[in-house]
Amino acid sequence: MPIVGSSLQTFSRLVRVVTLVCLGSLLAGCGVNNIPTYDEQAKAKWSDVQNQYQRRADLIPNLVETVKGYAAQEREVLTQVTEARSKASQIKVDASTVTDPAKFKEYQDAQNSLSGALGRLLVTVERYPDLKSNQNFLALQSQLEGTENRIAVARRDYVENVRIYNTELKTFPGILWASTLYRNYKPMETFAATPESQRPPTVKF
Amino acid sequence: MNVCASISRRVAFLIEMSVLGALLFLVASAVGAHALTFPQLTGRVVDEAGILDPATKAALERKLADFETRTTGQLVVVTLKSLQGTSIEDYGYQLGRHWGVGQKEKNSGALLIVAPSERKVRIEVGYGLEGNLTDAVSKLIIENSIVPRFRAGDFAGGINRGVDDIIQAATVDPEEWRQRAKQRPDDQPRMVDIIVFILFLIVLIMIMRNLGQRGGRPVARRGGPVFVPIPFPSGSGWSRSSGGFSGGGGFSGGGGSFGGGGASGSW
Repeated sequence: MPIVGSSLQTFSRLVRVVTLVCLGSLLAGCGVNNIPTYDEQAKAKWSDVQNQYQRRADLIPNLVETVKGYAAQEREVLTQVTEARSKASQIKVDASTVTDPAKFKEYQDAQNSLSGALGRLLVTVERYPDLKSNQNFLALQSQLEGTENRIAVARRDYVENVRIYNTELKTFPGILWASTLYRNYKPMETFAATPESQRPPTVKF
Repeated sequence: MNVCASISRRVAFLIEMSVLGALLFLVASAVGAHALTFPQLTGRVVDEAGILDPATKAALERKLADFETRTTGQLVVVTLKSLQGTSIEDYGYQLGRHWGVGQKEKNSGALLIVAPSERKVRIEVGYGLEGNLTDAVSKLIIENSIVPRFRAGDFAGGINRGVDDIIQAATVDPEEWRQRAKQRPDDQPRMVDIIVFILFLIVLIMIMRNLGQRGGRPVARRGGPVFVPIPFPSGSGWSRSSGGFSGGGGFSGGGGSFGGGGASGSW
């Protein structure tokens, strides 16, 4: 009796394990993992976007200082850039921002107004040939250009990943999981394409 | 009756949502498809615009192949007939991703893109090379080495000089190579590896024995301990494989990705 019982027990345990494994792979087959996976991917892309915006913000103090050295009388546009930067940096963003439409819009607006101020600054700079030929300024300008381009790429990657995630939430196999297991997964916000965000600002030399 | 109605309403809602989602997907994928076409990655120099003579092209190929074997980077020169209505920045990173230039783990690819009909040139830098080939360095190479020669109509000279400069900037400085050489494990197995291996064997034997007793019948008693071939633990993760590059005749990218780093110029 004890021997038979123990081997029976082992057998039933084995069956249980095998069933669990089978069930697991079956569920994975119907996309039970899709929503969290796409969620993580989109959030990773979001942090890319944040990083690139941060990189731009980090370049600005140096840029403002360099421009001041040659064009201190352009106080108005310099102040605008500094203010827009500090305003954009004050907004606290994290992974939850992407599901909060109001906060997301606030962040986007702040970054857009910084883009606008920077664009005005670069137009102003055209009037100062000495500044334009300054090596430090040239380096900063190319970094700024590169960063704007990286922002554009990061934003596009983010929008693409959010599209996949939001589609999964709203289409057939995904919608079942979204309404049962993953009730707290909300659709994410994407960037509204403003005309100036379609391509990086072109800077003439 | 009520229940029935509510269920059918639910089903209708679900169907509606699915249809909506499918429509969204269709619209989004139609928008998402940029419909850009990319040239075939036929070698390290892809001269779609036809501005390089065979001798220059062959010399460039050799130079680029040499760079690839010396370092972990991969550089491809491409000339384009047309940018297909988009900007060179937009085209560049997508082309880099499409070809997968650079090693996958290091994203160490770079492209020198020349679009003669738009008079644009760009150095597209993969994530892994952004530290060496910064935007400022790329811009300097374009403005000082490439654009002046292009202005004079010397495409071969501009590309050659640009490639030299990019290779110089992208080559890791010798100090770092010396550091790496120190980290490289000896060919002899180290003490730690042997101890780990022995411990592993002991645990394995114990498991085997336990299994044999549990099952009520001794299995592994006949021919001595069961020997299972185990791959020898290599210790540190340093491998000598060249990533995703295929040498010899066939040439392909290693799966590297791009994030818009680099600089552009026009002439």
